[in-house]
Amino acid sequence: MIGSHTRFSPLQRLLHWLMAICILAMLFIGVGMVSTVMPKYLTLVSIHKPLGVAILVLALIRLTVRLRYGAPPLPADLPEPMKLAAQLSHYALYALMIAMPLIGWGMLSAAAYPVVLYGDVHLPAILPQSDGLHTLLWNAHFYLAFAFFALILLHAAAALFHALVRRDGVFDAMAPWSTRARVAPAE
Amino acid sequence: MIPPRQSRPHSGVGSLILIAVVIGACVVTFAYTAGWLSPHRLTPDRLVDAFSPGGEPLGHRRNHAKGICFTGHFEANGAGSALSSAQVFSRGQYPALGRFNLGTADPNAPDSTVRVRGMGLRISTPDDQEWRSAMINAPIFPVSTPQAFYQLLLASASKAPDAMQTFAAANPEIAAFGAWAKSASWTGSYAEDRYNGLNSFIFTNGSGAETTVRWSVLPSAQPVPVSPEELAKRGPDFLEQEIVERVRGGPLRWTMMVTVANPGDATADPSKAWPDDRRTVEVGTLVVQRIEDERNGPCRDINFDPTVLPAGIRTSDDPFPAARSSAYAKSYDRRTAEAKYYPRTAADAKP
Ligand code: HEM
Ligand code: HEM
Ligand code: HEM
Repeated sequence: MIGSHTRFSPLQRLLHWLMAICILAMLFIGVGMVSTVMPKYLTLVSIHKPLGVAILVLALIRLTVRLRYGAPPLPADLPEPMKLAAQLSHYALYALMIAMPLIGWGMLSAAAYPVVLYGDVHLPAILPQSDGLHTLLWNAHFYLAFAFFALILLHAAAALFHALVRRDGVFDAMAPWSTRARVAPAE
Repeated sequence: MIPPRQSRPHSGVGSLILIAVVIGACVVTFAYTAGWLSPHRLTPDRLVDAFSPGGEPLGHRRNHAKGICFTGHFEANGAGSALSSAQVFSRGQYPALGRFNLGTADPNAPDSTVRVRGMGLRISTPDDQEWRSAMINAPIFPVSTPQAFYQLLLASASKAPDAMQTFAAANPEIAAFGAWAKSASWTGSYAEDRYNGLNSFIFTNGSGAETTVRWSVLPSAQPVPVSPEELAKRGPDFLEQEIVERVRGGPLRWTMMVTVANPGDATADPSKAWPDDRRTVEVGTLVVQRIEDERNGPCRDINFDPTVLPAGIRTSDDPFPAARSSAYAKSYDRRTAEAKYYPRTAADAKP
């Protein structure tokens, strides 16, 4: 139930940090692969696709967990606009971690490329072949990737601000392990 | 209830600097990874730019721009199964899509002016896998590395009078290709040419044994040599006209042949032919049954990316397939985004 705890559940924290690593890796792999013609191009592409699809699966699990367990409340003294910014940016992060893989998958489908995950394991096409759709999704994947990266940086800066400057327990709510002395319940 | 604060807020200029440094380091690493700090890195963009230095939207393939699409099938005879577990080699008949083409960036080049002819090919199997390939009539590639190919494109586009000489001096392997281009006979038909994959790939068979191979398709039509001067008289598009007529008269066939490397053969360098005595295996027959519309047919929005391979075939130490895949994808991205500049039908063309 929302508000009844001060930290995200261990499963939520595990998913947050696991996915943070995967998503940052995806962004670097993405821009790295499209800027090289060396054999590592193929290696990076062959990581990009299955890892992206893994992120989609994890994101759906995470969303379900989030809807079930909720999130601890933000500090009461946090100004309203900042609370709103935090909430909206979290919605946007969830939206991007679900949209980016779907767009990538759709883009390959619209170009009639097989979506190979590993060896002979591949996904079906989710869109018909179409130059227009391919271009639309290519642009979406491209621009949203940079928006995603910018948002993550902002998010990480805010998290560090909470941790180092405000020291208000927000970072601790998501920290992999508790960074604060235990608070005695109901003083 | 929200717990009381454990520690007081901290005005920490030091903390703010730390945050700025962490975020700044992320941005710089990202920019470096994306190549924004490396103007000399050979990127797919630069490689593809080299085919059309003007940078104008074209809507068509950046290389091998002129061509004509076909459909048919591949009849596997089963012999390839000894080398690769891919279903495409088990005895059977599988649908094929392909494209005869000319190695030029100009979709309007007269046919008799283009030395290199090619074939893009895609064979699909019921297990939902695909084998794509793009082959040319030359028995070897002009250069040893993708970087050298880029330099070759720059040299050919260069206005400097000695650009090509300088290039040839630095990349002597090009002499063998030059000799082929001069001495090999021309034919009057796409149907009479042999197309070679040139790049090497690794086949893995059912018991896990690996071989490094190259493949070719050999025409069943008898090649009749014709001089380029004679071909020029047949008009700028005689190859397309001829193949349409020819297929109307009945299906055309090519034998697909796989050549197995010996240990020590140049598997990473398509400018080096392998000795003639290498083991070859005939794996089946490509049958071309129908000529399809080029601008509005099934080949238009296909990328014959040579790294789209079924399980049982994978890339080798040859650096070309990776470079080709990255460049073909870029060419594909651009041409699909520019579709309106290459109208599908005459009616779509803006006056
Ligand atoms: C790829 C990167 C990341 C993504 C996609 C991401 C995503 C998210 C999302 C969606 C939430 C909201 C959780 C919810 O309400 O269910 C969240 C919370 C949080 N994240 Fe991240 N995150 C990333 C990286 C980071 C990093 C690098 C840090 C720390 C430096 C961080 C620190 C936090 C903290 C402290 C919270 C808790 C905020 C709160 O209590 O409302 N995150 N993250
Ligand atoms: C969280 C998920 C994902 C992220 C963060 C991500 C990020 C990126 C980035 C940063 C690029 C480089 C863009 C550029 O600079 O041109 C890229 C390109 C690409 N991505 Fe993703 N991606 C994700 C998921 C996927 C998935 C699931 C697929 C396919 C199944 C995919 C397929 C591609 C392809 C094919 C390209 C190259 C596009 C081209 O230029 O031809 N992506 N991605
Ligand atoms: C690094 C070296 C190479 C580069 C940069 C390059 C570049 C290109 C590009 C940009 C295209 C157009 C792709 C499209 O838009 O779909 C193309 C098509 C083609 N290339 Fe290459 N190529 C290279 C090596 C080769 C080699 C080694 C061969 C032959 C063995 C070859 C044969 C072909 C053929 C036959 C096509 C036409 C395929 C079709 O019909 O779509 N290329 N090449």
